Amino acid sequence: MTGVDIGSTRGPRLAERLGIDRSVAIAFACILLILAGGAMYSREFLSPEYLLQQLQVGAFLGIIASGAMMVILLGHIDLSIPWVVTLGAMMATAMVGWGGAAGIWLCIPFGVFCGAVIGVLNGVGVAYLRLPSMIFTLGMNAVVQGLMVLHTGGFAPLDQATPAMHFIAVQRSLFGIPNALFVWALVGCFVIYVLKRTAFGRAVYAVGNQEAAAYLSGVNTNRVLIGCFAFSGAMAAFAGVLLAGYSNKAYQNMGDAYLLPAIAAVVLGGTNILGGRGNYLGTIAGVILITLLQSILSVMQMPEAGRQVIYGCVIIAMLLIYGRSAKARS
Amino acid sequence: MTTTGTRRSALSNWRFWFAHNSGVLTAAALFVAMFTLYISNHSAGLTPAVATTAANKAVLLALVAMAQTLPVLTRGLDLSVGMVFVMANCIASVIVVGTVGEGLLGILAVLAIGALAGFINGAIVVWGRLQPIITTLATGAVYYGISLFVRPGPGGDVQSDIADFLTGQLFDTVPAALVVLLFVVLVVWIPYRRSVLGRAAYAVGSNEQAAYMSGVPVQRAKLLAYTLAGLLASVAGLMLTFNTYSGEASAPIAGSYTLNSIAAVVIGGTSLFGGWGSAIGSIFGAFVLRTIEDLLFVFDLPPLWQPLFQGVVLLIAVSLGALRILRVRNRLELFS
Repeated sequence: MTGVDIGSTRGPRLAERLGIDRSVAIAFACILLILAGGAMYSREFLSPEYLLQQLQVGAFLGIIASGAMMVILLGHIDLSIPWVVTLGAMMATAMVGWGGAAGIWLCIPFGVFCGAVIGVLNGVGVAYLRLPSMIFTLGMNAVVQGLMVLHTGGFAPLDQATPAMHFIAVQRSLFGIPNALFVWALVGCFVIYVLKRTAFGRAVYAVGNQEAAAYLSGVNTNRVLIGCFAFSGAMAAFAGVLLAGYSNKAYQNMGDAYLLPAIAAVVLGGTNILGGRGNYLGTIAGVILITLLQSILSVMQMPEAGRQVIYGCVIIAMLLIYGRSAKARS
Repeated sequence: MTTTGTRRSALSNWRFWFAHNSGVLTAAALFVAMFTLYISNHSAGLTPAVATTAANKAVLLALVAMAQTLPVLTRGLDLSVGMVFVMANCIASVIVVGTVGEGLLGILAVLAIGALAGFINGAIVVWGRLQPIITTLATGAVYYGISLFVRPGPGGDVQSDIADFLTGQLFDTVPAALVVLLFVVLVVWIPYRRSVLGRAAYAVGSNEQAAYMSGVPVQRAKLLAYTLAGLLASVAGLMLTFNTYSGEASAPIAGSYTLNSIAAVVIGGTSLFGGWGSAIGSIFGAFVLRTIEDLLFVFDLPPLWQPLFQGVVLLIAVSLGALRILRVRNRLELFS
């Protein structure tokens, strides 16, 4: 499943080499299905302009999902995403006020750095204190929330996005393709490279399958845990910086709407929520699927109530098709 | 000989009982200490009114935390408890109205809907063989959609006689909400804990394969755990309606109750890896969390600092679980 092809005499098949397994194929099929359904409602859904716009919005979710996927591959989960997104946005915008002229250059790296710091703390709690990630990252989310409330209440010098943030989040510089999409592509290539071509990536899958076995084979599992959580924090904060650029402003609760879609996107893409199995192509499919679903339901002027019900039912239905685990007796 | 023998076994029974319930006892002691601190700094002292206000708030989270405990014991998780709680609140604000008799019928209907919601979760987990986290994440969205459908804006009403009775005081002293909680423990938790399926839930949480091989009814145990979780969450939703006299489909309320219920379960000494703990511990865990908020209030902490303080206390409380690494003799035990 992870791309290791032992025993196939003719070499890996092309589909396998690209990481297309059943779940990824079904996810992409569902995307086409949704687009076809949307096209019957209105021709607009197939216009390049609409699709590019969806990809631009999806890029924010995609960047968050990239980090969430690394953590889920370990068999852990990062529930601190909502406020780390806000943290990234607020620290980046505040840096302009703190740093003056230098702040304009430093704001984006600084926002990402703050997210990475929280991620490292999450990793230390999970790796060295051996606390369940679900509860430790939850506590960390509450702490970051407290810090941000304090920040906006008293010390926030600025909450306006800089032109650079606006540029990478909103503008289109090459062939009319949104810059945010290039950013997501860069992040995606990095994740694919790390997972497929480095020892660290192999270790991620190993830890996700069985941490004790990985430890006994000489993998520094704590370093892997901290690395993945740091990446997740950094990506959440980076998405926060982009979102601040997109809406020109950092505000409280801006990350709340991204935790569940990010996890859903990763899982719909065929990544096992217990860890050890999954590939990035699936996550891309999951992100596009979730973005299109949300967009089409809102374009159809479905009331929020119906949107939530359909959203939940589609996730369950899709997973019932391909996400089922083995029976107890196996 | 015999007397020393029995005494020793009685002693070891006690030690076993203490060791087994250490999580619950720690949470209870923490709560008593914090509540004493709260009362001793409260201007009015421990009057029935103060106790009732505190109880009415704390019982809501205690019920949701009890609900969360049952799936956690089977090594599952229910991320939809908060949504079921809000859904019960919204539905109750529509159908628990009219005369007392009609109100009671409405209550039964809300409880049935809650249990059905839990059963659907369980059915998808057991027969659909999906992971509990992602299942309840998705069904939670569905239940939230239903809440919005029932009550698009905040409002509604509730049968006021029942509401006043259940949120007031019995004999002018005992908060009625605590009696409701005790009733739920006696009628739902204790019989469940002593039943075959209750014990099976612990077995499933410890080791599902071994439980299956030993002929434990794995599927029925899980189904019952999720169904009861839905039922308990709807009891909490009813109590919320009686407190507020209205219904509101609020995603932030649902989210915070879900997350706080997990924290309460952990503070109450239940293992998130299943098979260990009790709903009684979760009740005290919930009380601890609520008392933290009250303490901030009496100590007059600047409002801006309150969320940070709450977060740090929550983080420290859940980090207490790290003490177990001091007992580990073999590093491989860390990875279990």
